[in-house]
Amino acid sequence: MHRTKVKVVEEALDANNTIAQANRSDFDRAGVKVINFMSAPGAGKTTLLERVVADLPGVRVGVLEGDVQGSMDADRLASLHIPVIQLNTDPSFGGECHLDANMVRSAVPSLPLDDIDLLIIENVGNLVCPAEFKVGEDTRVMVTSVTEGEEKPLKYPLMFRACELVIINKIDLLPHIDFDVERLLYNIDQVHPDVETILVSARTGEGIDTWREWLVRLAAREGAVAAG
Amino acid sequence: MHELSLSSAVVNTAVKHAGGHRVELVSLRIGRLRQVVPETLEFYFDFVARDTVCDGARLEYEIIDARLRCKPCATEWGIEIPAFRCPTCGGSDVEVASGNEFEVESIEIESAVDDSEKEEAECIAPK
Repeated sequence: MHRTKVKVVEEALDANNTIAQANRSDFDRAGVKVINFMSAPGAGKTTLLERVVADLPGVRVGVLEGDVQGSMDADRLASLHIPVIQLNTDPSFGGECHLDANMVRSAVPSLPLDDIDLLIIENVGNLVCPAEFKVGEDTRVMVTSVTEGEEKPLKYPLMFRACELVIINKIDLLPHIDFDVERLLYNIDQVHPDVETILVSARTGEGIDTWREWLVRLAAREGAVAAG
Repeated sequence: MHELSLSSAVVNTAVKHAGGHRVELVSLRIGRLRQVVPETLEFYFDFVARDTVCDGARLEYEIIDARLRCKPCATEWGIEIPAFRCPTCGGSDVEVASGNEFEVESIEIESAVDDSEKEEAECIAPK
Protein backbone atom coordinates (compact mmCIF):
# COMPACT_ATOMS: atom_id res chain seq x y z
CA MET A 1 0.00 0.00 0.00
CA HIS A 2 1.19 3.49 -0.82
CA ARG A 3 0.26 6.81 0.55
CA THR A 4 -0.58 9.46 -1.96
CA LYS A 5 -0.88 13.11 -1.08
CA VAL A 6 -3.80 14.84 -2.74
CA LYS A 7 -3.75 18.61 -2.81
CA VAL A 8 -7.16 19.99 -1.89
CA VAL A 9 -6.92 23.67 -0.85
CA GLU A 10 -10.62 24.10 -0.33
CA GLU A 11 -12.47 26.16 2.26
CA ALA A 12 -14.07 23.51 4.45
CA LEU A 13 -17.31 25.49 4.55
CA ASP A 14 -17.58 25.68 0.75
CA ALA A 15 -20.48 23.23 0.80
CA ASN A 16 -22.35 25.44 3.26
CA ASN A 17 -21.55 28.52 1.19
CA THR A 18 -22.84 26.85 -1.99
CA ILE A 19 -26.16 26.07 -0.33
CA ALA A 20 -26.27 29.61 1.07
CA GLN A 21 -25.83 30.88 -2.49
CA ALA A 22 -28.78 28.73 -3.63
CA ASN A 23 -30.92 30.22 -0.85
CA ARG A 24 -29.78 33.67 -1.83
CA SER A 25 -30.72 33.08 -5.48
CA ASP A 26 -34.23 32.03 -4.43
CA PHE A 27 -34.57 35.14 -2.28
CA ASP A 28 -33.22 37.40 -5.02
CA ARG A 29 -35.57 35.91 -7.59
CA ALA A 30 -38.52 36.69 -5.32
CA GLY A 31 -37.18 40.20 -4.68
CA VAL A 32 -36.88 39.54 -0.95
CA LYS A 33 -34.12 41.16 1.11
CA VAL A 34 -32.80 38.94 3.89
CA ILE A 35 -31.24 39.78 7.25
CA ASN A 36 -29.36 37.27 9.38
CA PHE A 37 -30.22 38.62 12.85
CA MET A 38 -27.86 37.51 15.62
CA SER A 39 -27.01 38.10 19.28
CA ALA A 40 -26.25 36.40 22.57
CA PRO A 41 -29.23 34.78 24.30
CA GLY A 42 -31.43 37.37 25.96
CA ALA A 43 -30.06 40.46 24.19
CA GLY A 44 -33.56 41.31 22.99
CA LYS A 45 -33.78 40.18 19.36
CA THR A 46 -37.40 39.06 19.51
CA THR A 47 -38.54 42.15 21.41
CA LEU A 48 -36.76 44.38 18.91
CA LEU A 49 -38.63 42.62 16.12
CA GLU A 50 -41.95 42.85 17.96
CA ARG A 51 -41.42 46.58 18.13
CA VAL A 52 -41.16 47.11 14.38
CA VAL A 53 -42.33 44.22 12.18
CA ALA A 54 -46.03 45.08 12.12
CA ASP A 55 -45.35 48.72 11.35
CA LEU A 56 -42.83 49.11 8.55
CA PRO A 57 -44.26 51.55 5.98
CA GLY A 58 -44.50 49.83 2.60
CA VAL A 59 -42.51 46.78 3.71
CA ARG A 60 -44.09 43.35 4.23
CA VAL A 61 -42.01 41.35 6.70
CA GLY A 62 -41.70 37.64 7.35
CA VAL A 63 -39.63 36.04 10.10
CA LEU A 64 -37.81 32.74 10.13
CA GLU A 65 -37.35 31.94 13.78
CA GLY A 66 -34.39 29.74 14.68
CA ASP A 67 -34.36 28.13 18.12
CA VAL A 68 -32.92 25.01 19.62
CA GLN A 69 -36.35 24.09 20.97
CA GLY A 70 -39.86 25.43 21.28
CA SER A 71 -41.83 28.13 19.52
CA MET A 72 -42.17 30.78 22.24
CA ASP A 73 -40.53 33.50 20.15
CA ALA A 74 -42.39 32.51 16.98
CA ASP A 75 -45.71 32.60 18.86
CA ARG A 76 -44.98 36.11 20.13
CA LEU A 77 -44.30 37.34 16.60
CA ALA A 78 -47.18 35.44 14.98
CA SER A 79 -49.58 37.28 17.28
CA LEU A 80 -48.63 40.42 15.32
CA HIS A 81 -50.19 38.86 12.21
CA ILE A 82 -47.07 38.51 10.14
CA PRO A 83 -45.86 35.25 8.57
CA VAL A 84 -43.56 33.43 11.00
CA ILE A 85 -41.91 30.09 10.29
CA GLN A 86 -40.32 28.15 13.13
CA LEU A 87 -37.08 26.28 12.58
CA ASN A 88 -35.90 24.09 15.46
CA THR A 89 -32.34 22.83 15.42
CA ASP A 90 -33.03 20.13 18.01
CA PRO A 91 -33.91 16.98 16.00
CA SER A 92 -30.43 16.54 14.59
CA PHE A 93 -28.09 16.28 17.52
CA GLY A 94 -29.36 17.57 20.81
CA GLY A 95 -29.74 20.98 19.22
CA GLU A 96 -27.32 22.83 17.00
CA CYS A 97 -26.07 26.12 18.36
CA HIS A 98 -26.60 28.01 15.09
CA LEU A 99 -28.52 27.94 11.83
CA ASP A 100 -26.64 26.80 8.76
CA ALA A 101 -27.49 27.15 5.09
CA ASN A 102 -28.96 23.67 4.85
CA MET A 103 -31.40 24.22 7.72
CA VAL A 104 -32.59 27.43 6.09
CA ARG A 105 -32.78 25.57 2.75
CA SER A 106 -35.19 23.10 4.34
CA ALA A 107 -37.44 25.99 5.36
CA VAL A 108 -37.44 27.80 2.01
CA PRO A 109 -40.49 25.91 0.61
CA SER A 110 -42.56 27.00 3.62
CA LEU A 111 -41.62 30.66 3.28
CA PRO A 112 -44.24 32.91 1.66
CA LEU A 113 -41.62 34.64 -0.49
CA ASP A 114 -44.20 36.11 -2.89
CA ASP A 115 -45.99 37.87 -0.06
CA ILE A 116 -43.05 39.52 1.68
CA ASP A 117 -40.35 42.10 0.87
CA LEU A 118 -38.08 41.48 3.82
CA LEU A 119 -37.20 38.22 5.56
CA ILE A 120 -35.58 38.41 8.97
CA ILE A 121 -33.87 35.20 10.01
CA GLU A 122 -33.61 35.26 13.79
CA ASN A 123 -30.63 33.04 14.50
CA VAL A 124 -30.07 30.93 17.60
CA GLY A 125 -28.86 33.11 20.49
CA ASN A 126 -25.09 32.67 20.49
CA LEU A 127 -22.18 35.06 19.90
CA VAL A 128 -19.79 32.47 18.47
CA CYS A 129 -21.18 29.88 16.09
CA PRO A 130 -23.73 31.76 13.95
CA ALA A 131 -21.01 34.10 12.69
CA GLU A 132 -19.28 31.17 10.94
CA PHE A 133 -22.23 30.05 8.81
CA LYS A 134 -23.75 32.02 5.96
CA VAL A 135 -27.39 31.14 5.37
CA GLY A 136 -28.13 33.12 2.20
CA GLU A 137 -28.57 36.57 3.72
CA ASP A 138 -28.05 39.97 2.09
CA THR A 139 -26.68 41.36 5.30
CA ARG A 140 -26.17 40.70 8.99
CA VAL A 141 -27.34 42.66 11.97
CA MET A 142 -26.45 41.93 15.57
CA VAL A 143 -27.76 43.05 18.93
CA THR A 144 -25.64 43.56 22.00
CA SER A 145 -27.08 44.85 25.26
CA VAL A 146 -25.67 47.03 27.99
CA THR A 147 -25.95 44.20 30.50
CA GLU A 148 -23.37 42.17 28.55
CA GLY A 149 -20.23 44.18 29.29
CA GLU A 150 -18.14 46.63 27.26
CA GLU A 151 -15.48 44.10 26.27
CA LYS A 152 -17.74 41.77 24.26
CA PRO A 153 -16.52 43.04 20.84
CA LEU A 154 -12.96 42.11 21.83
CA LYS A 155 -14.04 38.66 22.96
CA TYR A 156 -16.25 37.87 19.97
CA PRO A 157 -14.65 39.81 17.11
CA LEU A 158 -15.91 37.52 14.37
CA MET A 159 -19.53 38.30 15.19
CA PHE A 160 -18.97 42.05 15.48
CA ARG A 161 -17.00 42.09 12.23
CA ALA A 162 -19.60 40.09 10.32
CA CYS A 163 -22.33 42.68 10.85
CA GLU A 164 -23.32 45.78 8.95
CA LEU A 165 -25.28 47.16 11.90
CA VAL A 166 -24.79 46.74 15.66
CA ILE A 167 -27.83 47.53 17.78
CA ILE A 168 -27.07 48.38 21.41
CA ASN A 169 -30.16 47.49 23.43
CA LYS A 170 -31.48 48.05 26.97
CA ILE A 171 -30.14 51.60 27.27
CA ASP A 172 -33.01 52.34 29.68
CA LEU A 173 -30.96 50.39 32.25
CA LEU A 174 -27.92 52.67 31.99
CA PRO A 175 -28.76 54.79 35.08
CA HIS A 176 -28.84 51.61 37.19
CA ILE A 177 -25.66 49.84 36.13
CA ASP A 178 -21.94 50.50 35.79
CA PHE A 179 -21.68 50.44 32.06
CA ASP A 180 -19.55 52.72 29.92
CA VAL A 181 -21.26 53.19 26.54
CA GLU A 182 -18.32 55.16 25.16
CA ARG A 183 -16.03 52.28 26.05
CA LEU A 184 -18.30 49.83 24.22
CA LEU A 185 -18.46 52.09 21.15
CA TYR A 186 -14.66 52.40 21.21
CA ASN A 187 -14.27 48.62 21.37
CA ILE A 188 -16.77 48.10 18.56
CA ASP A 189 -14.81 50.61 16.47
CA GLN A 190 -11.55 48.77 17.21
CA VAL A 191 -12.97 45.51 15.97
CA HIS A 192 -15.11 46.85 13.13
CA PRO A 193 -14.08 50.42 12.28
CA ASP A 194 -16.93 52.67 11.11
CA VAL A 195 -19.65 50.01 11.52
CA GLU A 196 -23.07 51.55 11.98
CA THR A 197 -24.50 51.49 15.53
CA ILE A 198 -27.92 52.35 16.96
CA LEU A 199 -28.65 52.84 20.67
CA VAL A 200 -32.10 51.59 21.60
CA SER A 201 -34.37 50.52 24.38
CA ALA A 202 -36.86 47.94 23.18
CA ARG A 203 -38.67 48.49 26.49
CA THR A 204 -39.21 52.26 26.34
CA GLY A 205 -39.11 52.60 22.57
CA GLU A 206 -36.15 54.98 22.55
CA GLY A 207 -34.21 54.67 19.28
CA ILE A 208 -36.77 52.30 17.78
CA ASP A 209 -37.69 54.78 15.03
CA THR A 210 -34.07 54.76 13.86
CA TRP A 211 -34.13 50.93 13.76
CA ARG A 212 -37.41 50.99 11.84
CA GLU A 213 -36.04 53.51 9.32
CA TRP A 214 -32.89 51.41 8.86
CA LEU A 215 -35.03 48.39 7.94
CA VAL A 216 -37.13 50.40 5.49
CA ARG A 217 -33.95 51.69 3.82
CA LEU A 218 -32.54 48.17 3.60
CA ALA A 219 -35.74 46.83 2.01
CA ALA A 220 -35.52 49.59 -0.61
CA ARG A 221 -31.85 48.99 -1.32
CA GLU A 222 -31.08 48.19 -4.94
CA GLY A 223 -29.54 44.90 -5.98
CA ALA A 224 -27.15 42.73 -4.08
CA VAL A 225 -25.63 43.86 -0.82
CA ALA A 226 -22.10 42.94 0.16
CA ALA A 227 -22.23 40.59 3.12
CA GLY A 228 -19.02 39.95 5.00
CA MET B 1 -19.85 23.66 20.06
CA HIS B 2 -19.85 24.61 16.36
CA GLU B 3 -16.68 22.50 16.03
CA LEU B 4 -19.05 19.57 15.53
CA SER B 5 -20.44 21.20 12.37
CA LEU B 6 -16.98 22.33 11.34
CA SER B 7 -15.52 18.84 11.71
CA SER B 8 -18.41 17.47 9.62
CA ALA B 9 -17.49 20.03 6.96
CA VAL B 10 -13.86 18.88 7.11
CA VAL B 11 -14.80 15.20 6.80
CA ASN B 12 -17.18 15.92 3.90
CA THR B 13 -14.51 17.89 2.08
CA ALA B 14 -11.94 15.13 2.59
CA VAL B 15 -14.37 12.40 1.48
CA LYS B 16 -15.21 14.38 -1.64
CA HIS B 17 -11.55 14.50 -2.64
CA ALA B 18 -10.61 10.96 -1.58
CA GLY B 19 -12.19 9.24 -4.55
CA GLY B 20 -13.26 6.30 -2.42
CA HIS B 21 -9.76 5.70 -1.07
CA ARG B 22 -9.05 5.34 2.61
CA VAL B 23 -7.84 8.64 4.09
CA GLU B 24 -4.88 8.51 6.48
CA LEU B 25 -4.19 12.17 7.06
CA VAL B 26 -6.14 15.41 6.71
CA SER B 27 -4.13 18.64 6.79
CA LEU B 28 -5.94 21.87 7.67
CA ARG B 29 -5.01 25.52 7.67
CA ILE B 30 -6.79 27.43 10.43
CA GLY B 31 -6.56 31.21 10.68
CA ARG B 32 -6.35 32.86 14.08
CA LEU B 33 -9.33 35.07 13.23
CA ARG B 34 -11.60 32.04 13.02
CA GLN B 35 -13.14 30.97 16.29
CA VAL B 36 -12.03 27.39 15.95
CA VAL B 37 -10.64 25.41 18.87
CA PRO B 38 -8.37 22.81 17.20
CA GLU B 39 -8.46 20.36 20.12
CA THR B 40 -12.25 20.35 20.08
CA LEU B 41 -12.19 19.95 16.32
CA GLU B 42 -9.96 16.89 16.63
CA PHE B 43 -12.22 15.40 19.25
CA TYR B 44 -15.29 15.67 17.02
CA PHE B 45 -13.36 14.70 13.90
CA ASP B 46 -12.68 11.18 15.22
CA PHE B 47 -16.35 10.81 15.96
CA VAL B 48 -17.73 12.27 12.72
CA ALA B 49 -15.22 10.32 10.60
CA ARG B 50 -16.62 6.95 11.72
CA ASP B 51 -18.17 4.93 8.90
CA THR B 52 -16.52 7.11 6.27
CA VAL B 53 -13.23 6.67 4.39
CA CYS B 54 -11.77 9.06 6.98
CA ASP B 55 -12.34 6.60 9.82
CA GLY B 56 -9.14 6.48 11.85
CA ALA B 57 -7.49 9.29 9.87
CA ARG B 58 -5.18 11.68 11.65
CA LEU B 59 -5.96 15.38 11.65
CA GLU B 60 -3.12 17.87 11.53
CA TYR B 61 -3.37 21.61 11.33
CA GLU B 62 -1.30 24.69 10.75
CA ILE B 63 -2.30 27.87 12.57
CA ILE B 64 -2.13 30.95 10.36
CA ASP B 65 -1.33 34.26 12.05
CA ALA B 66 -3.62 37.21 11.50
CA ARG B 67 -2.27 39.92 9.22
CA LEU B 68 -4.10 43.00 8.01
CA ARG B 69 -3.51 45.37 5.13
CA CYS B 70 -4.68 48.96 4.86
CA LYS B 71 -5.98 49.49 1.33
CA PRO B 72 -5.35 53.25 1.04
CA CYS B 73 -1.88 53.44 2.64
CA ALA B 74 -0.68 49.83 2.01
CA THR B 75 0.51 49.34 5.60
CA GLU B 76 0.57 45.65 6.48
CA TRP B 77 0.75 44.46 10.04
CA GLY B 78 0.16 41.48 12.29
CA ILE B 79 -2.38 41.60 15.09
CA GLU B 80 -2.49 39.83 18.42
CA ILE B 81 -5.61 41.56 19.69
CA PRO B 82 -8.64 42.36 17.55
CA ALA B 83 -7.82 45.96 16.60
CA PHE B 84 -8.65 46.54 12.95
CA ARG B 85 -7.85 50.24 12.45
CA CYS B 86 -4.71 51.04 10.49
CA PRO B 87 -1.93 51.99 12.95
CA THR B 88 -0.39 54.30 10.35
CA CYS B 89 -3.26 56.33 8.90
CA GLY B 90 -6.06 55.43 11.33
CA GLY B 91 -8.24 54.38 8.40
CA SER B 92 -10.94 51.72 8.44
CA ASP B 93 -10.60 50.44 4.88
CA VAL B 94 -8.62 47.42 6.00
CA GLU B 95 -8.59 43.93 4.55
CA VAL B 96 -7.55 40.65 6.12
CA ALA B 97 -4.36 39.48 4.42
CA SER B 98 -4.29 36.23 6.37
CA GLY B 99 -5.93 34.67 9.39
CA ASN B 100 -9.39 33.94 7.97
CA GLU B 101 -8.52 30.51 6.62
CA PHE B 102 -10.42 27.40 7.47
CA GLU B 103 -9.41 25.12 4.67
CA VAL B 104 -8.47 21.56 3.92
CA GLU B 105 -4.98 21.95 2.51
CA SER B 106 -4.38 18.35 1.49
CA ILE B 107 -5.22 14.77 2.32
CA GLU B 108 -3.12 11.62 2.22
CA ILE B 109 -4.92 8.61 0.85
CA GLU B 110 -4.02 4.95 0.90
CA SER B 111 -3.68 3.57 -2.57
CA ALA B 112 -2.48 0.35 -4.19
CA VAL B 113 -0.72 2.37 -6.84
CA ASP B 114 2.64 4.08 -6.72
CA ASP B 115 3.39 7.75 -7.21
CA SER B 116 3.35 7.46 -10.99
CA GLU B 117 -0.42 7.46 -10.76
CA LYS B 118 -0.50 10.41 -8.44
CA GLU B 119 -1.72 12.61 -11.28
CA GLU B 120 -4.77 10.45 -11.54
CA ALA B 121 -5.41 10.79 -7.84
CA GLU B 122 -5.34 14.52 -8.18
CA CYS B 123 -7.72 14.33 -11.12
CA ILE B 124 -10.26 12.54 -8.93
CA ALA B 125 -10.57 15.69 -6.91
CA PRO B 126 -13.35 17.82 -8.35
CA LYS B 127 -12.61 21.51 -8.14
